[in-house]
Amino acid sequence: MEHDDRSPDEPDGGLRRRRFLGYLVTAPTLAVAVQWARDPAAAEIPPPPQPEEIFDVGDLVRLASAPTSGLVAVRVHEDGTASFAVPRAEVGQGITTTVAMLIAEELDLPLDRVAVTLSDARPELLFNQFTGGSTSVRSLYTPVRTAAAIARRRLVETAARAWNVNPSKLTTRNGEVLDGNRRAGYGSLAKAAAVTRTTQVSATLKDPSEFTVVGRPAGRVDALAAVTGRKTFAMDLNVPDALPAMVRRPPTIDGTVDAVRNAAAVKAMPGITDVAVLKHGVAVRGRTFGQCIDALRALDVTWRPGPVAGESDGTVLATLRKAVPRPSAPPPFSESIDAEFTFMFASNSPLEPDVAVADVRAGRAEVWASLKVPGDAQSEIAKRLGLPVGAVKVHVVEGGGSFGRRLHPDAAVEAAEISRRMGKPVKLSWSRTDSVRQGRAHPMCVSRVRASYRGGNVLAYEQRHVSTETSFSHGFGDMVTTNAAKLPLVGNPTVAQAFFLLSQSSPYHFGTTRQTLTEIPMKFRTGSMRNVYSPNVVCARELVVDRLAAAMGKDPVGFRREFLKHAKLRDVLDKAAFEGGWGRRLPAGVAQGVAVASEYRAACAVLVELDCRPETVNRRVERGVTGPRVTRALVVVDAGLPINPRGLEAQMIGGLNDGIAMALTASLHIKDGVPLEGSWDNYFYTRQWNTPPETRVIVMPPASDEPGGAGELAVAPSLAAVACAYGRATGTMPTTFPINHATLGFEPFPLQPSTPQSPTDGLDRAF
Amino acid sequence: MPTHSFKLNGKQITVEAEDDVRLLWVLRDLLGVTGPKYGCGIGVCQACTSHVNGKAVNICSVPVSRIGPDDEVVTIEGLPATVGRDLHPMQEAWLEYDVAQCGYCQPGQIMSAVAKVRRVRSEGRDITDADLDELRNICRCGTYARIRDAIKSAAEKM
Repeated sequence: MEHDDRSPDEPDGGLRRRRFLGYLVTAPTLAVAVQWARDPAAAEIPPPPQPEEIFDVGDLVRLASAPTSGLVAVRVHEDGTASFAVPRAEVGQGITTTVAMLIAEELDLPLDRVAVTLSDARPELLFNQFTGGSTSVRSLYTPVRTAAAIARRRLVETAARAWNVNPSKLTTRNGEVLDGNRRAGYGSLAKAAAVTRTTQVSATLKDPSEFTVVGRPAGRVDALAAVTGRKTFAMDLNVPDALPAMVRRPPTIDGTVDAVRNAAAVKAMPGITDVAVLKHGVAVRGRTFGQCIDALRALDVTWRPGPVAGESDGTVLATLRKAVPRPSAPPPFSESIDAEFTFMFASNSPLEPDVAVADVRAGRAEVWASLKVPGDAQSEIAKRLGLPVGAVKVHVVEGGGSFGRRLHPDAAVEAAEISRRMGKPVKLSWSRTDSVRQGRAHPMCVSRVRASYRGGNVLAYEQRHVSTETSFSHGFGDMVTTNAAKLPLVGNPTVAQAFFLLSQSSPYHFGTTRQTLTEIPMKFRTGSMRNVYSPNVVCARELVVDRLAAAMGKDPVGFRREFLKHAKLRDVLDKAAFEGGWGRRLPAGVAQGVAVASEYRAACAVLVELDCRPETVNRRVERGVTGPRVTRALVVVDAGLPINPRGLEAQMIGGLNDGIAMALTASLHIKDGVPLEGSWDNYFYTRQWNTPPETRVIVMPPASDEPGGAGELAVAPSLAAVACAYGRATGTMPTTFPINHATLGFEPFPLQPSTPQSPTDGLDRAF
Repeated sequence: MPTHSFKLNGKQITVEAEDDVRLLWVLRDLLGVTGPKYGCGIGVCQACTSHVNGKAVNICSVPVSRIGPDDEVVTIEGLPATVGRDLHPMQEAWLEYDVAQCGYCQPGQIMSAVAKVRRVRSEGRDITDADLDELRNICRCGTYARIRDAIKSAAEKM
């Protein structure tokens, strides 16, 4: 089936010039809410070869969000600004900038006069307050534009009434309604444009050819705040009496407290106000975080082992391997390529650790944190505290990164519990070591592939993906179960299988294609990490594609071109091969690798050059890991309509560095139920000495009128391209990731006390 | 409780704190200066990087008692004033290249970058890729390419 750029219910050009409904709602100044009447799943969907191609995770979120789009509003104020509280998390991906651009576009208002804030948890929004799976832009694109277009129309009508002219004569520009030489700023009209009774109205959206903001590169709306240190994260909040709090944690994942022998002595330490025993740790509260570290280290605690205390890398891997389904018999007279790949546990720790502020008093609770599913946090906190959901107020704060971590409300729930036990407000921060050892990890997985070919054809492709269980947030789980009947999936898949089927499809004409997920229940603390399955599934696939090409005597780019199903992927591959100089001469030990991936209605090709020469691999960086280095990287992306090409480019650069880390350096070593890693000099995310000195991103011109999802897109093809380059540079296909996992490149911190003491030699290391 | 006095962002300040409390917490928790960030507390991530007497320092690893009345501490908040402008050229370059994603590491990145360029300059050289490779600041959003571009650009204007 040829891939269609548009969603299945959009006949050619269907979105252009379509009118959308909304409401003028009562408020002191103009306020517009939207109704999104379209039901993406209502249209006839042809039976698909693989579900992801016609209905993916983004469609699921769009479907689940549709009924409540009417509850989010664009407001116009008397100072001439517009505002919108976006029901999503901002964690660096740029959604506030994107949404501000959509409003600026349809409202004809300068971008710097649009304020986008993050909405508190609003249970009535149900699934429309979920940030994940690269779905936000796709689900907000039309509703937000509609609200802004209606606001603009209302402002025009208000001016026309005042001037007693026909509204069709009026135009808008730069936040003003114009009639020849006569003009009225939006601020002067905002009050008169307000309604006293909710009124249904419609508006026509701009044709994309008229866009002047959307599609042009823009800087982030919060850039100035970020570079001046004024951007406010949860730890920067000034909530009265919310003193720092930290937790002494167990030596195994989810271990439990047996006994605390010196709580009173610790409470008497300088600056410490409270000590509280929790199920999985002991909390301390004090005047400074530094004194909390001293106090938690001084606690004398005995522990009971956690649920995976008996597990190490080797035992988990053996369990996974045992569970890999037997491969199907290859078609008659064909030859097969069989390969098995292992991806170790990886940490999704963002740079800002898990932080939450909580103020729990009798009968009510108020919490501040970066949360991608705030409704989930709200109901979990309510359950934990025994409060009605309405008594729990949850504020969403800008997050210092997420990469999947903030889908889970772990810190918010824990902070609420600590605040209740202490009877005081707290500002809880996990330590870095907590975040790596007790925080969420991307599950270890094994992917076994069999590809069978005969003559010039690939006849069958089978990929059996076996993973330790992934925890999805309750928010996503509910989205799947509530909409199960509307999903184009057969049978009764688990939440994980639904996500797998809605996010994975092979882009190649490889005959009979079968991809399955087997999950092994193990009680590690898991979650997604800038995608769940794609990076691993795609990496394994692209390595086998290189093997197939070699076996059939074809060039890796030529082979991919020949077998790719979709023109969009061929186009990004061609662009990458041409612009990246595919096939150019390189010294022995340096090689190119290329890979493609497509999801979320977007396509991406990555071409890298990897230097595996001994002088590079063995270069020394103190307390750092070196190894092979990507010297040049090119990412080519087609994300449909790129709303902010500059932001899209940023997401590609980030995804590239994530892929490089997953291929070469970043993993957790599990030993006796806990990761040995405890800092950024143990967990080797890409550093300046690993990142490519030359990075280039090419954003393809808009191929569609609608945006695709791109927050995670570049990770999979980047990981895969580096892996393929490693295979070509060394002559050996890598099968375990990251490739340096076998070497433990650091001395682990002791397991107890759970947080290391801060050094005192900072001045000696000044530069 | 001991009293500590030092120059912070151009002003002489006094604060009461136990001697061994690290400067990061004195600034953040006691003085409300939140530009320097906590990312590890063990001198690894460099998100707290500030300047002490003009040099880049991980202030999570400096007991406040090591800072005396004549020492000058400059955080990201005080950086523009060191050049008598609203924004330091490094911050302007950061805006020009739209470097920040989540922004959490960026104050530390900028403070490290300024110190690095000054040091290279004092050695009478231009900044090279090898110099940039020596920067240890983590950016978990992976903005490294734009950081490199911004530093090279700002170095010409500093």
